[in-house]
Formats: sequence, structure tokens, C-alpha cells
Amino acid sequence: MSYLSVESLGVSYGAIKAARGVSLSIKEGETVALIGSNGAGKSSTLNAIAGLIGHTGKVGFDGIDMSSFPVHKRAAKGLALVPEGRGILGRLTVDENLRMGAYLRVDRKSIAVDLLRIYELFPRLRERRGQTGGTLSGGEQQMLAIGRALMASPKLLLLDEPSMGLAPLMVEKIFEVIREISSSGVTIFLVEQNARLALESSNRAYVMESGELTMEGDSQELLRSSKVRESYLGELNS
Amino acid sequence: MDIFFQQVINGLVLGSVYALVALGYTMVYGILGLINFAHGEVVMVGAMVALATVAYLFGYFPEMNPIVMVLIAATTSVISCMVLSYFIERLAYRPLRKAPRLAPLITAIGISILLQNLAMIIWGRQYKTVPKIFSFETREFLGANITDLQIFIIVLSAILMTLLLLIVNYSKLGRAMRATSESQRIAGLLGVNINKIISFTFVIGAGLGAVAGILVAANYSVAHYSMGFMLGLKAFTAAVLGGIGNLGGAVLGGLLLGLIESIGAGYIGDITGGFLGSHYQDVFAFLVLIIVLVFRPTGIMGERISERA
Repeated sequence: MSYLSVESLGVSYGAIKAARGVSLSIKEGETVALIGSNGAGKSSTLNAIAGLIGHTGKVGFDGIDMSSFPVHKRAAKGLALVPEGRGILGRLTVDENLRMGAYLRVDRKSIAVDLLRIYELFPRLRERRGQTGGTLSGGEQQMLAIGRALMASPKLLLLDEPSMGLAPLMVEKIFEVIREISSSGVTIFLVEQNARLALESSNRAYVMESGELTMEGDSQELLRSSKVRESYLGELNS
Repeated sequence: MDIFFQQVINGLVLGSVYALVALGYTMVYGILGLINFAHGEVVMVGAMVALATVAYLFGYFPEMNPIVMVLIAATTSVISCMVLSYFIERLAYRPLRKAPRLAPLITAIGISILLQNLAMIIWGRQYKTVPKIFSFETREFLGANITDLQIFIIVLSAILMTLLLLIVNYSKLGRAMRATSESQRIAGLLGVNINKIISFTFVIGAGLGAVAGILVAANYSVAHYSMGFMLGLKAFTAAVLGGIGNLGGAVLGGLLLGLIESIGAGYIGDITGGFLGSHYQDVFAFLVLIIVLVFRPTGIMGERISERA
């Protein structure tokens, strides 16, 4: 029984087709990665699933066909996207950004509990809770973006390039958190250029090349596959 | 001292009204980047509907308590303007949301002309005088005269503006408005229904505008189908002066513009040796607009705009 099911999804910008015939499925509790080179259409696919951009084909989630849903309705069904570039609201404070994450929730008590939990997960954010989002460093913004998505208590967390533009130590920290979220039972769909990191932190993975899915499989197996090693892990065939 | 303090009081009264109207301009600009030139006409409709309601109640229920009468008229006016503004956004602006910015701007001017002409057909060309249902006391304060009505205008405007600022800065709805104003894309991702927020923004602006229209009509004891044009332009000037898109700026700009106009009109005769009279009052607003646009296009509190670009 798949949780997220995408059938022949297509995204085009004018005459340019960024993604075509993309079909994939994710089971509840899984962490699935989507890897591929720059411009392969990974972000377009993720944005289309979240409803941020128009698409053809079908997006089903938790038994509901969401293909015609606008972005806020998809969020209401339990999807939360951490977009590329993080999408921090720079004029709102850290605290307000996090509270915006819980916009669709009504239970004040559990929101307060989750807010504390996020501040425990990212003590840096607690220190800066009164600062506006625009004043944070890149790493702090990524923490805020992930924290904000968690505030929605999502059923499916969509992560777009969480490692992008971050120092190695920060990347380490962010992926540690992602693994923690995953082990707490949240289903994750992760788009990542850093293929090794993505494969090491996921159960399964898809490989995307110029708008189409070309491989899929168990992440450990893909790590060992010579094709992946050669194209995405920067290792020469020996 | 002579007339100075008197002009300050007049300026604050005028400025309070400008500020209420300016908030409508600035809120819509903050969220859509649109200058809603029809807003001045919504203010006029507010005054006209209130007047018509009072006239009707006066004709059919002459025994009615005047306070009840005014409350009914004000409520009718505010609700009418909210509905009107909701449909203006829904029918005229929303289909153009993705069009080049010039298209909704021209549409706004079109709506403005349409509303003026409709008002002229419905209510006629002549000036409508406000019936004297209240008699206001005039008080002396530091050598200047101030009527109870003027005190009421300043106090009510201050209350409404404070309420709005509290909602925008501290409520969940206000947070969603600010998020939408910063990025519709991200607000949508977080589950905000952008269209609802935009409608709400228009409706709240229209409500404040209706109140402003009623206050202006009451203060000058007269209303006219074309009154929204100049009032709208002045309030727009006030919004630009304060920094368009910034709520605090609209309040500050409105009050400042009222003061500049009033004090300017009070002294222009003396300064020019009687060559120019106080009927040149309107010149000051546009002088201010030109000066702001030349020397500080972002307005007093408007650093945010440069960031937006």
C-alpha cells in the first residue's frame, strides 16, 4: 500500500519539459531519496508534488487524488515542503516563522509542545527566536525551514536540497536531524545532489536524468551499483 | 500662538481621516503590489450610503434615537463597502493577478470612474447636506476651538488604527497577512489560502474607508459623488509619504499630511502677503507628494520596498 503515488507526472516551463512520465511511490514510514545531477528535474518534481507549480499526471496521497488541489489544500492533507532556498519569511521573526508552520493546526497546547520540541532540537533557533528570519545564517535558516515544516506535524516531509550551500559540519548536523525525524516515523521524500549522503540516509532511491526516472532501488544497492558510483559518486570505474 | 494651535487641531482631524483611508491603500499595496485607485470611491460610497440611510430613517422613523440612527447608518455603510470591495477584488482584480502590473492599475482607474458615475446616477449631482441630528458642543482648549465631533473623529480613528495594528502584528490572521505580503508562494506552502487573505485585506480596508467617509461627511456636513477622488489622492499621498506598504507609515503619513495641509493653509496668506489664500490648501498635498517622490521615494518608514524589488 503506497502512501504517496505519483503517476506519469509532467512539468513544463513553456516549451521546455522539466519532468515527464515520472511515476513513483512511497510507503508510509519510508525515507526515499531522489538523486540526479543539476537540472535533471528533481526540484520540479518535488514542487509539482507539493502543488507549488502546475503539472500533468496524477498525484495521490493517503488514498486521495490531489492532482487538482491547490498548494494550501495539499498542505492541509499533510504535505510539508522545505523548498530549495529554504523559503524563510525574512521579515517575520524566528518564532513567527515556526508558528506559521503550524498555521493549519488548531490545538494550541500541542502546538506549544511542538514549539518547545523544535527549540530543543535546534537550540540555536531558541537563542534567536526574536530575530527576523532574514538575519539568520544559511545553516540557521535551513534549521528554521526544517523546524517550520515539522511544526505542521506533516505526514509526508518533502525536502529539497537540504545540504545546498552549507558548510560540511552544518550538512552533517542537518542530516543527523533528518535521520532523527525519519526514525520518529515521519515519511520523507528527499531530493539531494549529494548522492552519497542521500543514499546513506534513505531506504530507497530513484535516479533522475534529464526529466525522467532512470533507476530505482534499495539505497544500499544503489550505493554499490557501478553506474551510480561512476555518475553520481564521482568514482571512476576501476 | 495665534491660529497655530487651532490649525494643529484641524490638521489632526483631517489627518486622522487621511490615515484611515491611507491604511486601505497601503494594506492592498503590501499584499498585491497594486495601487487600488478605486479605494477613494469606496470611501465616497461609504459616506453616501450612510447619508442615504440616515435620510431614510429620518423620514420614516423621525422619533428614533439619533444614536441608534447613526449606528444603523454606519453599520449599513461599513457592510456595503465591505461587500462592494470584496466584489471589486473578486471580479476586477483577481482575473488579472498574473497580468502585467499596468493592467490592474488601469482597471482600478476604470472601476473608480464607474463607481463615481454610478453614484452620480443614484444620488444625483448636487451636494448632499448632512441632516443636523446632533448638535455638537464646542470646547475651548489652549485657546483653540474643538468640537465634540472633532474629538470623536480623532479618538475613533485612533482606536480603529490601534486595533488594526494589534491584529496585524499579534494575531494568527495578521501573521498570515504578513507572510502573504512577503511571499504568496511560501504562505501557500504553509497552508494559507492566499485568496482568502487577499479578500480579507480588501474588506478590512473598505471597512476603515467607510468609517473615514462617514467622518468626513459629518465633519463638513456635506457629501458629494466626486468627494472620493481628491480624498483618495490625498490618502494615497499620505501612504506614499509614510512609505507605501507599511501600516505604521500610513498612520504617520496621514497625520503628517493633515498637519502640513492645515498649517500650510493657515499661514499661506500671511507668507504670500495675501496673494494666495487658504483655498490653495490642496497644493500642499501634491507638493509633498512630488518632494517625497523626488527625494525619498520609499517614504519615511518605507525601507521595505527597496528590499522587495
